[in-house]
Formats: sequence, structure tokens, C-alpha cells
Amino acid sequence: MELPLLHLALVGTPNSGKTSLFNALTGSRQKVANYPGVTVERKEGFFVTPQGRQVSVVDLPGTYSLRGRSPDEEITRDFVLGKASGESVPDLVLCVADATNLRLTIRLLLELKRTGRPMVLVLNMFDIAARRGITVDVERLAKELGLPVVTSIAVRKGGTADLLRLTDEISAKIAAEAEANSWRALSVAELRATQREADRIIADCVSLPARPDTWTARIDAVVLHPVCGLMVLTLILFVMFQAVFAWAQPAMDLLKSSFDALGELVRATLPDGLLQSFLQNGVISGVGSVIVFLPQIILIFLFILLLEDFGYMARAAFLMDRIMGGAGLHGRAFIPLLSSFACAIPGIMATRVIDNKRDRLTTILIAPLMTCSARIPVYTLIISAFIPAKDVWGFINLQGLVMFGLYAAGIASALIVSFLIKFFMLRDYAPAPFMLELPDYKMPRLKSIAIGIYTRAKMFLVRAGTTIFSMMVLIWFLASFPQPPAGATEPAIDFSLAAIIGKALEPLLAPVGFNWQIAVALIPGMAAREVAVAALGTVYAIEGGKEAAEQIGQVLATKWSLATALSMLAWYIFAPQCASTLAVIRRETGSWTWMAVTFTYMLVLAYAASLLTYNVAVALGAG
Amino acid sequence: MTDTNDTRPHIPLGLAKRGYTGVIQHLSAREAGSALSDIELESRLIELGFVEGARVEVLHEGLVGRDPIAVRVDSITIAVRRREAMAIIVA
Repeated sequence: MELPLLHLALVGTPNSGKTSLFNALTGSRQKVANYPGVTVERKEGFFVTPQGRQVSVVDLPGTYSLRGRSPDEEITRDFVLGKASGESVPDLVLCVADATNLRLTIRLLLELKRTGRPMVLVLNMFDIAARRGITVDVERLAKELGLPVVTSIAVRKGGTADLLRLTDEISAKIAAEAEANSWRALSVAELRATQREADRIIADCVSLPARPDTWTARIDAVVLHPVCGLMVLTLILFVMFQAVFAWAQPAMDLLKSSFDALGELVRATLPDGLLQSFLQNGVISGVGSVIVFLPQIILIFLFILLLEDFGYMARAAFLMDRIMGGAGLHGRAFIPLLSSFACAIPGIMATRVIDNKRDRLTTILIAPLMTCSARIPVYTLIISAFIPAKDVWGFINLQGLVMFGLYAAGIASALIVSFLIKFFMLRDYAPAPFMLELPDYKMPRLKSIAIGIYTRAKMFLVRAGTTIFSMMVLIWFLASFPQPPAGATEPAIDFSLAAIIGKALEPLLAPVGFNWQIAVALIPGMAAREVAVAALGTVYAIEGGKEAAEQIGQVLATKWSLATALSMLAWYIFAPQCASTLAVIRRETGSWTWMAVTFTYMLVLAYAASLLTYNVAVALGAG
Repeated sequence: MTDTNDTRPHIPLGLAKRGYTGVIQHLSAREAGSALSDIELESRLIELGFVEGARVEVLHEGLVGRDPIAVRVDSITIAVRRREAMAIIVA
């Protein structure tokens, strides 16, 4: 007899280790999507209990209460109450607590109990608690709370065995347990009473060591020091960008030569003609030139996930709060903006942690100015073609320095734009509060990080295989048809649709030093920024023959002036070259106007920056 | 608890210097010029563990205007701006 799928929901405060428990339970069997109608990320995973029961588990957004102040918190509340549209009521709620830090979770748990759902308290990170000398009387806690309590060490093999066993036990008798929901929004007095009750229970069941975690205190003494802390933050960002540029190189070279070899194989096996051109120039060199950047994307996510797991992100927000406040930004905007370095889309979605509408809007408007990973291919290509790979001051790689400069330009312009928004558009601005828990530092857990990177890398590859692939086919088509008339002496591409479109746009872009090939490449770049690289590859490959496809960087170095290259870099700092980002802005702000505002201001900035860069460079003799 | 709270002056946590230790006496959201409504501010402070009787210590201050502050509240650390911390009366 096949039992129906058992539905679990993970609830907990931020930093409770919910996600690492989720990763431990489900491994890579995860599905990331959105809740219908809202843009809250819905993470569902699957596993099988020791007795063979199929289980689905949903990782709900972290929250301190069921009041539902933000879209994230509303989802958590509605899901637990079974009111979320299109979702079934969870059969069992797993309330996840950091065993070293029970105060806030126990209060949340007391509130959750009123919903009447069958519930289990999972004391996660039990090993860390034990090491710190925190002892929890689990049996007594279970009796006080009136529900099962289980300990777990999400990051250790077998660390969730007790939880799995308990899931089996509970699922056997689940139907009998559900009680009526008596939850309603708590008044201030009730909140206070539940916190008091929580504190009483903790005092009875938990004994804390005399000294708090000394490591966290010692690290914070440096990391949160007003001056040292900012130096550490700058250093971390600097190392991150040097690493992305220097460490990823060997892996990228390997990928690149593999794609080149594959292209060569196709050329050697297939007869000359359209099919050969399509496979080699359209598919392999196009998609290949994007996939080559996978190592860099993995590295940047590695850094972001490591810092997040370590507990540093909240510290960075603390350090940056007032500094960003000067530019009209909220300290919480730091995390969305930092995520935007990977991609503006998760960054803009992460602005949901900012509950003040204006703060959130400002953050959304400037998030696309953060240098996302899709710009890396463009920057890398141009930098390696035009900037010599020498060391300055003996130890700093000049190419890495230029890369750092491009990132810095993005950040600086974001701060200026934000300041202008605050100054001109939102004058009656009252600063929203900044309240954030600074969790104890934890050693990042490699398995959890590996799963996080795997999910991201998969998303990137799927995109390369779908959006980017179809754009490349389109570009190849535009660049190949119509075919040149018999006896023509000019390169075939001169007769193509691509050339017609590119040449039509050329007068507009000539003042910033762009030729028609760049104009052609910028159009599919709207679908995804990195496609521009592949599109340039295709355009020059069809124009210049096979050698060009293999050495796109060298081709650019001969075809473009330094001024054009610098102008292109300046363009890419600002240009609204990403349709998906614009779509997310439209969805998150609920308004076409703000999308149009973003598009327009970025386009104006891009054109102005390129115009300035090009003309200054030409005047200095780089034309 | 060894503090004899009657003898120490009651001050808002928002004015406390780094290194200050004390015990929360009461919350008074009206005192803080926060953008949040009184009830909302009070609720959020409670949810982060700022309740009467909790021991607090100001651990760190930001660079600009010594703001925000990192406060140890019993067993956890919370970052909060001085403006909102004005609602927390300590002694």
C-alpha cells in the first residue's frame, strides 16, 4: 500500500540553521520556484524516511513572529495556517532552533503552537551547544512545551537520524493529532507574556555557561571595530575580486580549449556549409563562450555563501548602515546589493527583507548597477584583450586592478544615484529602523555550501542551454541570412540582416566609438548581458573565418581601438542590458513606471559615460 | 542578579556608551522618534528579546556618529540604531 506524500514545513527564526537542515534532509533533491502571485522563493525538497515514507519538505522564510510584516513573513504565516493559495496544509511543522540560542525561537514556538498544527521542535547545532557547555534538558523541555523535541546536527552524517525516526513515528498517527487553530495576531501585552513564558521555560530547562562564546567576542572585537572593521570589509571584497579574476583562469582555459577542440572536430567531420557553420559558429562557439565563465560564477557564489554561513553578512550590514545611510540607503540593503554582484535578480528579490517601501524602492533601482556575474565575461574579454597582464607595485595584477576599478565605479555610481533619489524624489524621508540579529560565528559547512553552489551553477547552465542558446541561434541566423549573391567579394556578413540592423544603429552609437558589429552584439545582450560576448564571437567568426572564432580576444585587439574598448567597458557598467532584470523590477515594484525609470536612467548614464570615456581616450591618443 | 536597580539612574539605551551594562526597566516607544508606529516598534523590540529584566551590554558602536550599536541582550547580540534604542529604558 502506497502512503500519500507526507508534507513537512520548516519554520524558524533567521540564522536558526534552517537551510542547512533542509540541505541535510534533502541533499540535492531540491526544487526552487516562486509562490503563486508573489515573488517569494519557494524551496521544496524530497526525502524518504527509514521506513520508506515519501516526504516533501518546504523551507519557509525565516521569521521572528507570525505577524507577517513583509511578503516573506506572510508566506510563512499563511503556509502554516494552510491559507497559502495552491498549497496543502503541512502535516507536520518542524520548528528549527539554534540550540545555542533558544530565546527567540521558543517565543516563536509558543506562538506557533496556537495554530494547532502537529509540531516538533528540532534543536539544531546540538554539537556546538554541547561544545560551548550549554546543556539542555530535552525531556523536560518537551514536557514544558507539550510537544516532541529532537536534537540534530544537520551538518554531520547521521546527525538527523533521530529526526527521521520521529517523523516515521509521528506520521503513523498524524490524523488524530491536528487541533483547531486558535491563532490570531498577538497584542503587545501577549507578545511580552509569551517572551516571559519562553524565558521561564529556558531558565528551567537550559543551563548556560558563565561565559558566552569567546571566539565570537574576539572576532567581533576586530571585525566590528569602527576602523579595523571597515578595513577588513574592504580587504575581503578586494581578495574576492582578485580571486575571481586570477584563480578561475586555469579552469577557464581548460573549458575554452575543450570547446575549441569540439568546434575543430565538427569542422573536420562535417562538410563545409550551413550545418557546419551553424554547429561551429552558432552553437559551440556561442554557448561555449558563455559556459567558459562558469568557474568565475562558482567562485563568486562560493565567497558569498561562505560569508553568509560564517555569519559575516550581518556584520557587514552593521558596518555599512550609517555609511550607506549617508547615501540614503538602509543597512539591510547591503545584503541585497552584495547578492546583486552575483546577479541583480536574486538581489532585487532579496530586497524583500527591507520593510520600508521607499528604502526598498531605492535599493531596487540601484541594484542593477552592482556588477553582476553576467558582466564578467564582457569585462574579462575586453580586459584580457586590451590591458597588459603586468604587475603594478610589484604584487597587484593590473588586469585585476582594472576589474576592481570597474566594480568600484558601479558601487560609487549606485551610491550617487541613491543620494540623488533621496535628495530629489523622496524628500520627506524618515529613516526606517535597522534591527538585526548578529549571530554567533559558525564554521561554514562544506556540504551545505556545495549544495548551494550546485543549485546556482545548475541555474546558470540551464540558462546557457535555453535563453542563451536560443539567442545564439537567432544571432547566427541574422548574421548568416540572406546569403551573399554569387560572385560577391565582400565578407558574407555584409549582406546579412545583422549588418542591416547594425548599420542602421551605427549613427546613434558612433559618437561613443561603437562600430556596427558592437551594435549587433548589444541587441541579444538585452536577453542576457554575457550573450554580447558570444554574439561578437559569432559576428566576427562569420565575417573573418574560422580563426576568428577561436581567438575572439585577439580579433578584438586588432579591430577595435583602445578608446572603443574602454568605451564598451564604461557602457557595460551602466547599461540596462538585461530584460530579465527589468521584468523582475516590474514584478517587484508592481509598476511599469519604475521599470521604465530604471531603464531610462541607466541608458542615459551608459551613453553619457561611454561618450565621455571615448572622447577623453581619443583626446589622449588612444583613438 | 546583583544590580540594585533603584540606585542607578534610568537612561535610554540610545544614550549608553560602549561598555555600558544594565538591565531593561521598561519600553517606551513614544520616546523614540522612530519611523515605526509605537505598537510596531514595541512589538519588534520584544520579538528581538528586549523585554523587562533582560541584561544588556553595549558591545560595539559604528564609525559614523557612534551608530548603530551592537547590544548583547541576555544570550544574543542585536544591532540596532540609537534612534530605536531610545525606546529601551535601562538602569
